[in-house]
Amino acid sequence: MTAANPHETLEQIAGDYKYGFVTDIESELAPKGLNEDIIRFISDKKGEPAWLLDWRLKAYRHWLKMTEPTWAKVSYPDIDFQDIHYYAAPKRGKDGPKSLDEVDPELLATYEKLGIPLKERGILAGVAVDAVFDSVSVATTFKDKLKEAGVIFSSISEAVKEHPELVKKYLGSVVPYSDNFYATLNSAVFTDGTFVYVPKGVRCPMELSTYFRINEAKTGQFERTLIIAEEGSYVSYLEGCTAPMRDENQLHAAVVELVALDDAEIKYSTVQNWYPGDKQGRGGIYNFVTKRGACRGKRSKISWTQVETGSAITWKYPSCILQGDNSVGEFYSVAVTNNFQQADTGTKMIHIGRNTRSTIVSKGISAGRGQNTYRGLVRMLSGAEGARNHTQCDSLLIGDACGAHTVPYIEVKNPTAQVEHEATTSKISDDQLFYCRQRGLSAEEAVALIVNGFCKDVMLHLPMEFAVEAQKLLGVSLEGSVG
Amino acid sequence: MTVMLEIKNLHTTVGGREILNGVNLTIRAGEVHAIMGPNGSGKSTLSYVLAGRDGYTPTQGSVTFQGRDLLALDPAERAAAGIFLGFQYPVEIPGISTMNFLRTALNAVRKARGEAELSAADFLKLVREKAKTLDMDPEMLKRSVNVGFSGGEKKRNEMLQMAMLQPRLAILDETDSGLDIDALKVVSHGINALRGPERSLLMITHYQRLLDYVVPDVVHVLAKGRIVKTGGKELALELEREGYAPYVGEAA
Ligand SMILES: Nc1ncnc2c1ncn2[C@@H]1O[C@H](COP(=O)(O)OP(=O)(O)OP(=O)(O)O)[C@@H](O)[C@H]1O
Ligand SMILES: [Mg+2]
Repeated sequence: MTAANPHETLEQIAGDYKYGFVTDIESELAPKGLNEDIIRFISDKKGEPAWLLDWRLKAYRHWLKMTEPTWAKVSYPDIDFQDIHYYAAPKRGKDGPKSLDEVDPELLATYEKLGIPLKERGILAGVAVDAVFDSVSVATTFKDKLKEAGVIFSSISEAVKEHPELVKKYLGSVVPYSDNFYATLNSAVFTDGTFVYVPKGVRCPMELSTYFRINEAKTGQFERTLIIAEEGSYVSYLEGCTAPMRDENQLHAAVVELVALDDAEIKYSTVQNWYPGDKQGRGGIYNFVTKRGACRGKRSKISWTQVETGSAITWKYPSCILQGDNSVGEFYSVAVTNNFQQADTGTKMIHIGRNTRSTIVSKGISAGRGQNTYRGLVRMLSGAEGARNHTQCDSLLIGDACGAHTVPYIEVKNPTAQVEHEATTSKISDDQLFYCRQRGLSAEEAVALIVNGFCKDVMLHLPMEFAVEAQKLLGVSLEGSVG
Repeated sequence: MTVMLEIKNLHTTVGGREILNGVNLTIRAGEVHAIMGPNGSGKSTLSYVLAGRDGYTPTQGSVTFQGRDLLALDPAERAAAGIFLGFQYPVEIPGISTMNFLRTALNAVRKARGEAELSAADFLKLVREKAKTLDMDPEMLKRSVNVGFSGGEKKRNEMLQMAMLQPRLAILDETDSGLDIDALKVVSHGINALRGPERSLLMITHYQRLLDYVVPDVVHVLAKGRIVKTGGKELALELEREGYAPYVGEAA
C-alpha cells in the first residue's frame, strides 16, 4: 500500500460500476415508439390470449389521458416515450429453450459474469433463479424441484399460457391498470417478468429469485411480477438488477403485485443495482416502479426488504394493503444516493382490518450530491380497530453537498389506532472514521463498515445468501465518497 | 537497543493555533515512556500526529518509525506498521459488533502485513483468550463497538484491541482515567503483557498510580507543546508532589 492521491482514487472509482459491460448478442427489437400496433406486436410475439391484449389496450388508452407525476422530489429532463424500443429479445428459435442446455452460451456467460451462474449447483445451490434479459425471461432454474412441491415458478409469459385462470384472476387485482402513470404504461407494454404461485399450506422449499438485466440500448424494461401465496403458505423471493454503463438514461418501469391469503407470508427482497450514471450524473437508469402487496387473508404477512444502491433516479414505494384482520406489513429499506443520484422512496401502509400492524424502518444514505427522500404514508381507516404502526426513519449524510429529506404522511380515522414516527439525521463523524482507520481500515473500508452498522436493522432481514453481497455493494456504491 | 521512534523538532498547527512547537523524543525498542503534562499542553495532539489523523499534519520536523518516514504513511498503513493508539475517548460505532470490528481490524492489519486472515475458529479462540486476561465478559463482544459501554469498559475494550493487534508501539492516551482500582490492575496487567524487547510503549497519563503498575523507563513533561523535562520514574513522583508550576513558567 502506498499513500494514494485522493484525486486519483476518485478518478478510478468513478467508473467502478462492475456490471457496466454490454453483451454482444443478436436481438430482435420492436421499432421505436409507442402505439396500438406496438402493443399488438408485443402481445402477438408472446402469443397472448385476446383478454390480455384487450387489457393492454385499455391500459394504453387510459395512459394517453394521464400525465407524469411531478410530486416526487426528483428532477430529470422530459422522457420521450416515442424514442424507446418497447420490446427487445435475444434472437432464438420459436419455442425458446426447453432446458438450460439450450440457452445461448453467450447469455449463460453474461449471468456468470454477473455472479448469477444459471446452474443448479454451486454458490446459489439453494436458490431458484428466473433470468430476465431485456424484455424476456431466458432461463428459469429448479423448475422441476419446485413443481414437486406444487410451487409454480415461471416467467409470466409462460404462466399466461399454462395457468391463464390464475393470471387472469390476479393480474391487476392489486395494482389496477389505471393505477398511476408508470404502472399504466407497464400494463400496456409489459414484456416479461416472474410468476409465482404457492399452494395452500406449502412452505416453498427454496429461495426464489429473479435477476433482471437490461442490455440493449434505447430500450425500456417493463417487467411484471405476480406472486400469490395461498392459505398458510410461505415464500421468500429476491430480485436483483444490473445494466450496462451508457450515457443515455434508460427507463425501467416495473410492476410487482403480491397477494397473501389467510396465514400466508411473503418475504420480498430487492437488491437494486441498476447503473447509477457516472460521477457527473450522465446516464443511468430511471427506476420508476410500483410495488404493492395485498394482505387479503387474516394473519397474513408481507415483508418488503430493499437495498437500493443503483439507478440515476429511484421512484418507488413498496406498499401493503392490510385488509385481513391481524395482518402484518413490514418495510425495511436502505437507499443510497451518491454522486448525482436521486431517490424518492418509501412505503404506504394502508390499515383496513382490525389489529393490523406495520413496521417501517428506512435508512437513507446520501453522499456526493445525492438527494435522498423518504416519503411514507400510514393510513388507518375507520375499521382499523387497534391497529399499530411504528416508523423509524434515519438519514446518514456523508459530506456537505448531499441532501436528506423525510416526508411522512399520517392519516388516522380510528381513535384506537396508534402511530409512532421517529426520525434522525446524522453524519459520519471524523472521529469514527479516524478510529477505524487507526485500527487498520482504509478510508473506504471505514465508510463501508460504519454504513453497514447504520443499516444493520435492515440488512438482517435479507436472506442470508444475499446479505454478504448486499453489504459489499453498499461499500462499493459509496466508494469515493470520502477523499 | 535499536530506535523504535524518533521525533525531531515536530511542529503542528491545529485550528490555526500552533499546538506542538518543537517536540523531540526518542524511544528505543523495549522501552516504556510516560508523558505527563497539564491539560491542553498537546499530549493528545501528539498522539493524533503520530497516528496520522486528518488535520494534524506537522508544519515542521520529522518522525521516523523503525527507520521509515512515518509521516508519509496514511493511518491504516501506520496501523499495519505497528502503531496503535489507545484513545482518550473511544468512539462508538452503532450496529457493528465489537467482535466483528475486532475481526475486521485484525484481518485488515494482517493482510497489509502479508499474513493470511485468521479462520473464524482461530479468531474466536484468540479473542476469548485475550478477553479473559482482561476480565471481559465475552457477551460484551456481541454489543456494538463502545455503544452504551461505561467509561471503564471502553478503556478495557481499547486494551482488548491492542492485545489482538499486537502493535510495535502502543500510544496509550489516558488509558487509566475512568478505571476503578481493580480495573486499573487488570488493564496494567494487560499492558505489561505486551512489554517485550521488540515493543515500546508511550503512555500519556495524569497520575502516578498507573506508573506504580507499569513502571516506565523514562518520564517526560510536555508543557505548551514542548518537552520541557525528561527524567526517570522518580520524576513522576516529583510531579505528583510539586505540580507543573515550575515547568509551565519555564516554557513560557
Ligand atoms: N480543532 C482544534 N481547534 C483549535 N484548538 C484545538 C483543536 N484541537 C485541539 N485544540 C487545542 O489544542 C490544545 C491541546 O489539546 P490536547 O487535546 O492535545 O491537550 P492534552 O494535553 O491532551 O489535554 P488533556 O490533558 O486535557 O487531555 C488545547 O488547548 C486544545 O483546545
Ligand atoms: Mg488529552
